[in-house]
Amino acid sequence: MKPVTIITGRAVPLDRSDVDTDQIIPSDWLKRVERTGFGAGLFGEWRDDRDFVLNKSEYQGANILIAGENFGTGSSREHAVWALTDYGFEAVISPRFADIFRNNSTKQGLLPVVVEPAVGARLLEEVAKDPSLEITIDVAQGTLEVPALGLTIEFPLDEFTRARFLNGWDDIGLSLRYEDEIESFEQSRPRFMPSTR
Amino acid sequence: MSPRTLSEKIWDAHVVHKGVEEPDLVFIDLHLIHEVTSPQAFDGLRLAGRKVRHPELTLATADHNVPTTDIDKPVADPISAKQLDVLDANTAEFGIICYPMGHKNQGIVHIMGPEQGYTQPGMTIVCGDSHTSTHGAFGALAFGIGTSEVEHVLATQTLPQLPVKTMAVEVQGSLPRGVSAKDLVLAIIGKLGTGGGIGHIIEYRGEAIRGLSMEGRMTVCNMSIEAGARAGLIAPDETTFAYVKGRDHAPKGEDWDKAVEYWKTLVTDDDAVFDTVVTLDASTLVPAVTWGTNPGQVAFIDSVVPGPDDFTTASEKDAAARALEYMGLTAGTPMREIKVDTVFIGSCTNGRIEDIRAAAAVLEGHRVADGMRALMVPGSHRVKEQAEAEGLDKIFTAAGFEWREPGCSMCLAMNPDKLSVGERSASTSNRNFEGRQGRGGRTHLVSPAVAAATAVKGYFAAPEDL
Ligand code: SF4
Repeated sequence: MKPVTIITGRAVPLDRSDVDTDQIIPSDWLKRVERTGFGAGLFGEWRDDRDFVLNKSEYQGANILIAGENFGTGSSREHAVWALTDYGFEAVISPRFADIFRNNSTKQGLLPVVVEPAVGARLLEEVAKDPSLEITIDVAQGTLEVPALGLTIEFPLDEFTRARFLNGWDDIGLSLRYEDEIESFEQSRPRFMPSTR
Repeated sequence: MSPRTLSEKIWDAHVVHKGVEEPDLVFIDLHLIHEVTSPQAFDGLRLAGRKVRHPELTLATADHNVPTTDIDKPVADPISAKQLDVLDANTAEFGIICYPMGHKNQGIVHIMGPEQGYTQPGMTIVCGDSHTSTHGAFGALAFGIGTSEVEHVLATQTLPQLPVKTMAVEVQGSLPRGVSAKDLVLAIIGKLGTGGGIGHIIEYRGEAIRGLSMEGRMTVCNMSIEAGARAGLIAPDETTFAYVKGRDHAPKGEDWDKAVEYWKTLVTDDDAVFDTVVTLDASTLVPAVTWGTNPGQVAFIDSVVPGPDDFTTASEKDAAARALEYMGLTAGTPMREIKVDTVFIGSCTNGRIEDIRAAAAVLEGHRVADGMRALMVPGSHRVKEQAEAEGLDKIFTAAGFEWREPGCSMCLAMNPDKLSVGERSASTSNRNFEGRQGRGGRTHLVSPAVAAATAVKGYFAAPEDL
């Protein structure tokens, strides 16, 4: 993945909780065997509604998504992350992310920003009022800033994930640093474990 | 050593490299694969010039896209057909065993593993599918992963894992007659909410859990993800050993004795501490029916559709209002007065032989309501064969059900079995998300017995209503 250090831009307020991955990318899109082109399917069914927030002209070109709590619940489909990044999102802000979605997003350079519920609610409100509001997320500092509001908050990110974002590290390469240990573990596995051979 | 919970013991036994300021690197004993979440992972391997490290610890099947009729003919949807072909080609290229559509070992990935004896206590099992938690029923640490992680496991047979919190769900008492494992897990999700388990591995414990069959335990563990949990598991016991024994890939002879000796150590130590403990009394439960658009929006068959006023937080009220609108329901309507168009029995939650038996027991001697579309989709070819050997297929067809070929079918709208706009289903699957069973479709999650009774009545019903 590409290194990610600072994300600056405007945000889309998606004022819903429990946004599941079936909504982020409907299952019809899962039949594709490619990794690109999923942006067109992002929130596929909701986008049929002209008034859906993503369709509004004032939010075109935004690169940050703000949502309610429990974002990305449900299916493990990484296609949900591919759809968000392909559409142009670089970060999602929510009070709580589903585990698998969060994992998938950190593999693809989509930054999950966890905020207090009150902060999340305030951001949703302010961005709805003023779509031009600029937000800056600093991965190294672990801060989210909205200068126009005089708001700076810190968000949690474990050091390993932070380093991966900053350096754009490939997970497989990182794990293969321990190939010797993998080999010795393999030698020690009990014989009764199942195998297809 | 300090006291540990079951999941911590399994974790510790699989740490290849203990992480310092980085995740532990954990060895994976079994990697299950299906057509939907694997194509891009194999592409990644090819791009990097990597091989599959352990093809013999990897097993593939076709399930999500397969049609459940006319499986001797080519798949009509060209995009589905291509995805299935790509799975065949990828597994052939990398030397992985794959059970394609129609093969006698083919089935929904989470049904196939346990029934062939691949799923055993103490293992780490992953699959690019959130319902991998099903395998936790055997006392295995089993969780869903995304496609990047599928590629990672293919290449290294390991996964970097950050520590996870532990949660005990203690279920006291025993389930009343007519109340199943599905009702129990829906009640648990109703209590925890869809986010309650986030960041946790749940261990299901207590008298009611011990009293469940292996298949019931699989139903419970299957839906752990619906409460947001990373995984769900149950300590192995005599019920587990009896189920595993003699299956194709179960240990044999001396190996069996060694395995059982080890498996018996896989229990949470008496003084181990869970990060979170939740308790529930099984004896007060009645059959459950979801009313909304996430599995936490659960009601009981004796109750009415709730409304926004029944909730406290603004976000719950808002979610309830939105769900009622999508579901075309009015608050205060008794569950038994909601008319149903389609009944679907199947999926990795309730597509096993005991589920089919439970539904058949309710259906015997009855006919489905006029105009009702009713599908019975066994979870695998082996389940289907077993059911046919017991003559259960005859009960379904005599009652007016369609008896189908195995697959994910109407659990998700990726194959020809779908709901149309506004159509309402009683479904034994695990997700009632908007559009999950087809665009505009309205899904209510229920147990197999309730699904069968509902098919007969045409409205939500419990078996005793017939
Ligand atoms: S039956 Fe449903 S939940 Fe289970 S694997 Fe298939 S699509 Fe997923």
